[in-house]
Order: sequence, then structure tokens, then C-alpha cells
Amino acid sequence: MNWQWFHRLGSPRWFYEKTDSWLPWLMVSAWGLLLVGGIWGLGFAPEDARQHNSFRILYIHAPVAYISMSCYYIMAISGAVGLIWKMKLPFMVMKACAPIGLGLTIVVLLTGSIWGKPTWGTWWEWDARLTSYLILSFLYLGAIALQQAFQNRDTADKASAILALVGTVNIPIIYKSVDWWYTLHQPATLKIVGKSTIDPSMLYPLFVMIIGFYVFFTLVLILHTRTEILRRESRTQWVKDLVVDNSKSKGEGARS
Amino acid sequence: MKFQFDSLADFMHMDGHGVFVWTAYALVYGILMYLTISPLIQKKNFLKQQKKWQQLQKDSNLP
Amino acid sequence: MTEPASLFRATFKRDLTLAFRHKGDMVNPLVFFLIAITMVPLALGPEKAVLVRIAPGIIWVMALLATLLSLDSLFRSDFDDGSLEQLLIAPYSLPLVVMAKIAVHWLATGLPLTLLAPLLGVMLSLPTSAFSALCYSLLLGTAAMSLIGAVGAALTVGLRKGGVLISLIVMPLYIPILIFGASAVQAAALGEPCNMQLAVLGAGLAIALVLAPLAAAGALRVSVNG
Repeated sequence: MNWQWFHRLGSPRWFYEKTDSWLPWLMVSAWGLLLVGGIWGLGFAPEDARQHNSFRILYIHAPVAYISMSCYYIMAISGAVGLIWKMKLPFMVMKACAPIGLGLTIVVLLTGSIWGKPTWGTWWEWDARLTSYLILSFLYLGAIALQQAFQNRDTADKASAILALVGTVNIPIIYKSVDWWYTLHQPATLKIVGKSTIDPSMLYPLFVMIIGFYVFFTLVLILHTRTEILRRESRTQWVKDLVVDNSKSKGEGARS
Repeated sequence: MKFQFDSLADFMHMDGHGVFVWTAYALVYGILMYLTISPLIQKKNFLKQQKKWQQLQKDSNLP
Repeated sequence: MTEPASLFRATFKRDLTLAFRHKGDMVNPLVFFLIAITMVPLALGPEKAVLVRIAPGIIWVMALLATLLSLDSLFRSDFDDGSLEQLLIAPYSLPLVVMAKIAVHWLATGLPLTLLAPLLGVMLSLPTSAFSALCYSLLLGTAAMSLIGAVGAALTVGLRKGGVLISLIVMPLYIPILIFGASAVQAAALGEPCNMQLAVLGAGLAIALVLAPLAAAGALRVSVNG
């Protein structure tokens, strides 16, 4: 079988040039979906019987939770691919995932906390989901810290990949333990998503937001990976040419 | 599918929940914008820096 | 290829001898354990009712922190004098060597912690029903923590200032152990059975026994060659 396509995938330059054309579409569709879904959820979905309008935070809380978790797995898988096939690009993707995942996890924690105030009366509640995501943020912080600590980039990449893989084995264990811990100590309060009767008209904006966030994640991951590619490949001719082209177009063309 | 609120003021207020909902949405969209824009700014800075570096190299190669 | 048992035994004997030569390294985590636990009543007041409630959790957290402190020394001295590099290029099974090192590390830190724990339980008014659960849970837990911690130590052994970084990357991985360990002691303190929690700890230890030496060996190859 011709594996050329797979090895071409490993070329940072190929990735950079290919994604050039994707960016406008991704930008428009990601932000389009997020704005449509956001406005739909804010203004057009019916309010919840118990939580009234606070439940609208669901539309920016739940999808981000899925993605911040997926982001970790993508980080680990890229690391594994880089380790096994010794390719450069997967490691760059892996490195890009860490700050994005951290940002998304912080969003989950902030929205969870803000949602908690009108729902439970407190800014923070040690429930299973928030605690799990707090721990996920620690995993991301550890990954970022490990990346920064090494002088040698190859060592940094390989060490981070190993850490990401070890973390992957642990994530289900951590999630289950925290879940179990919470049921053990559960006070008699409402769970954050009272999903007993969720009307379909409430679900449609959620689907839009989920898709929107996945497209957004793809967009942002590609953007960060591209920047990383430029940084790492700065000594190569194609990047040098890119700099020259860029400065020429900036010098000659009128500033928009 | 109808608009759930009677007026814009009502939309902002959301029966008292407005503060929470709007703060949450503002924070989230702010972070999303940051995640989108920061790599673009980093790229711009990188190109600027590399241009300067290339210029320095060219100058130092002059006889 | 050297027979596995003799490889294990040789590494084990060597590391054990080295450990006993540096008794200070063994005693420090224990002293930390003791002092840190003493801080708790000083901070919260000596009221028995309060201490009884928090004793299981506090002892477990402090044991975890004491283990974290001791992790850096796992590979550090071998790295510094170059013997770690020698181990990597030798035709021996690295995971097995790592396993022997972890075993000595546990005997020198985790086991003493476990043996010291009942004394600290007395200091924090832990109910007598909880003492055996305390010892069993710590026995299983500290072993698992030595194993998982070894991966963190292996990843950072090449760094000059690896100390706090180890804690940062290893602590999230310790959380399940902490949850079930503290819960076992808490349950026993309330007179309830804690077999489930101990079984989970045992299962965790089993998984760690199999996977951690492999991961640590891989991490050592990455760290030392980099």
C-alpha cells in the first residue's frame, strides 16, 4: 500500500501550505456557528422550569467540557504518533493542544462556577464534574510546565508525549474515582444539569453549539500549530522565503 | 421558535439571572477570541522579528 | 542476557546498600510527615471532635506529600555520577532494573511511612477501629505512589531543578489513590467495612506494577539521551 500520503502528513511545510486555504472557511464557519448557536441559546430557547434563565449557560458549558476532554486525547494521540513514527508535525500539534486545552478547561470551570451561584447559592461546589475538570486543568498545567522545562526540543517533545500517554490512562480512573468520591459525600443539592425533562427545542441550539465548538477547536488548533511550525522551522528556506514574501507584500501594498 | 423576552431590557435582565448568564457568555467568548487571535498576533510578531534578523544578516554580509 | 531474578537481586542489593549509606535521605520524609501532621492541630485547635473527623484525610495527604518529597532522589544520584547512562546502554532489561530501584525506594520511604502512621493516628485521635485500615491502605497506596512517582522522577531526572515539577505532574495521578485510601480509613473510623476501597487500591497497585516500570524505563531513555 502506498503510504506516501501518511508520510506527507508528517511534513510541517505541507501542513502549513495546505491549511492556508482552509483557514477562511474554518474561521467563518466556526464563528458563524458559535454566534448563531449563542444567540439561539440566549434568546430563543425556552427557559428551564427549575433553573429559569440560568440554564442558558449550558450552551457554553457542556460543549466546551466535551472538547477540553477531547483535546487531551488528541494531545496524547499526537504524542503517540510522533513517538512511534518519529514525525515532527504530530509533536507540534501535541504542543499546541496544551494551552488550548487549558483555556477550554478554565472556561468549563468559570462557567460551572458562575452557573452554580444562582443554582446552588455558592461560587464553588466540589461536585464530580467540576472537581474532575479542576484535575484536568492540573494535567494540562503539568504538560505545559514539562514542555517549558527542557532546553532540548526533542527531549521536551518525547517527555511530554510520555506524560500525555500516562495521563490518558489515568483520566478514566480519575473521573471514576471522583465520581465515586462525590456519591460518597454527596450533600442533598441539585446536580448541575437537571436533565429530567429536556425539551427538544432546548437541544437544537446545543447541537449547533457542539458542532460549532468542534469546528472552532479545529480552527484554533490549526492556527496554533501553524505558529509553532513557523517557529520551529525558522531556519528552513521555505520559511525564510515566507518572511521575505510577507515583508515585500507589506512594504509594497497599501496598509489595509 | 419565538424570541423569549418581551424587550431588550428584559433580555438583559433575564429575571435577575442576567448578570450570571451575560458574564458567563462574555467571559467565554472573550477567551475564545483570545484563543483565535493570539496565534495570529504571535505569527505577526514572529515574521517581524525574522525580517529584522534577515536584515541584520544582510547588513553584516556587506563588505 | 542475564537471568531476570539475579538482575533484580543485584540491583536491589546495590540500591539497598546505597540507601542505608544515606540514612538521612530516609529519615527526612518521616520527619516531614511528623512535623507536618503536628501543624494541623496547631492550626485548627486541639479539639478532639475536629481532629477525629479530619484525621484519616490529613494523615493520607501528608503521606502523599512526604512521598512526593522523596521522589527526586530515586534516580538523581545515579544520574549525577553517570551510572544511569551505563544502565541504559547495558544489555539488561531496563524495566526490571527500574522495578528493583522502585522496590528499594518503597522499602526506604513508603514502608517506614506506613509503620509511623499509627503513631500519628494516635496524635490525631484516630479511632482504634481505623488503625488496621490505615496501615493496609498506606501499604498498598505508598507502593502505588512509588511506582507512579517513578515515572515522574524519570521524566525530570535530566533537569536541574526538577523538584517542584515532579510534584506538579505526579499529583493529579495520585488523586485516585488518595480518594480510595482516605475513604478506606474514614469508613473504618465510622465502623463500616472498607474492603471495597482496599480492593480498588490493590487493583491500582497491580496496574501500576505492570505499567509503571515500562513507562519509567521509556522516560529514562528520553531524559538521559536528551
